[in-house]
Amino acid sequence: MNGVHDMGGMHGMGPVQEEKNEPVFHEQWEGRVFALRRAMGAWRKWNIDVTRHEVELVPPADYLRMSYYERQFAAFLVLLAKVAFITPKELDAGKPAPGTPVAVPALTVEKANLLIAKGAPTSRDVPVAPRFLAGQRVRARNINPVGHTRLPRYARGKLGTIDRDHGVFVFPDTNAHYLGEKPQHVYSVRFAARELWGQQAAQQDSVYLDLWDDYLDPA
Amino acid sequence: MTTNRRDFLTAAVTAAGAALTPDVPHTHDHEHQAVPSDVALRVKALESLLVEKGLVDRAALDALIDTYENKIGPRNGARVIARAWADSAYKQRLLANADAAIAELGYGGMQGEHMVVVENTPKIHNMIVCTLCSCYPWPVLGLPPVWYKSAPYRSRTVIDPRGVLREFGLELPADVEVRVWDSTAELRYLVLPERPAGTAHWNEEQLAALVTRDSMVGVAKVAPPQAGVSA
Repeated sequence: MNGVHDMGGMHGMGPVQEEKNEPVFHEQWEGRVFALRRAMGAWRKWNIDVTRHEVELVPPADYLRMSYYERQFAAFLVLLAKVAFITPKELDAGKPAPGTPVAVPALTVEKANLLIAKGAPTSRDVPVAPRFLAGQRVRARNINPVGHTRLPRYARGKLGTIDRDHGVFVFPDTNAHYLGEKPQHVYSVRFAARELWGQQAAQQDSVYLDLWDDYLDPA
Repeated sequence: MTTNRRDFLTAAVTAAGAALTPDVPHTHDHEHQAVPSDVALRVKALESLLVEKGLVDRAALDALIDTYENKIGPRNGARVIARAWADSAYKQRLLANADAAIAELGYGGMQGEHMVVVENTPKIHNMIVCTLCSCYPWPVLGLPPVWYKSAPYRSRTVIDPRGVLREFGLELPADVEVRVWDSTAELRYLVLPERPAGTAHWNEEQLAALVTRDSMVGVAKVAPPQAGVSA
């Protein structure tokens, strides 16, 4: 979706402000949100692309006003309600609905440590032929899907060169909508800064994006 | 409180354009505010509810938080960089197959399942961004700082990398090639900074102490050791 999350190349956001000796979490609740999202993710009712898209759906004015963890929390609540882990009534009352069976947590300490150590790879060991080879010229497709995509607006329609093939990965545009993994090759694609931004950019500079087969056409 | 909490969920659900469940009361006679100032209380209330339903285990939450507050951070990445500086064979492995090389030092896992290391030289400067969200190599750098997740960094790095670097105090010569890596997929990037002068006889531990988080994101160089400090 052409949302405000797709920020590459926007102006007016102000200077980058670095905080010295920054804590990992500024408030205790931020850490709880971080951990709760992982713990509920272990139920496998959604995937990483679903969670990313849910954050993108936070309305633009709220998205820009909120802190990172505020956005994550808002999107998390929506997701919990969508998959019926909680009902609005329960959240309202702060208690489970009467008669709700008590589940056994999906994420134990042991599984949390395994998740941290192993992660959740999104590469897929399936035989899918690459559509492109390193060195090949490609043009990023001019697509404007209303749903989730990882092809930023600033690269759409632009000419690039395949830098390397990373192998086969889950395709976010379908996965975010529970439409299947549609595994395909992901490439680092090099775009000259001047192709993206015109003559204001330095001649030798470039931006590399990781793009799926479905985002590219031969050029 | 009760009203506010209902408002919050309603606002959040509505805000996100979600299909409303039939029993969500939705009113427009108030100002929507998706995250009120008492967000801490709301998070606590949600956690209690999920724990009471048996959906989450508090000990697992504590383990996750403890890991990223105390165990996983940029010191991991610094050890990788120091090893690469000290051992040229390791450096070649790191550049060729980052996952395996980083695993040699015992690092890897969540949000670093597919790593790529890019090398800075006197003529090439690499820097990392995620314009679409905030992707960052957790196993080697920990969780990202606020500036990395901020709109200014995400919006400007791809269009004006040299301007962003200037704000970090780094002025690159005009003939240096800047390569910006936008983490649009599940590859996670780590910059291998240039080894500073004056460290020829330093061991890995000493080298690691010089390596900063910012240098591994590519918004700074590794400063040479201060005059008078010897290894």
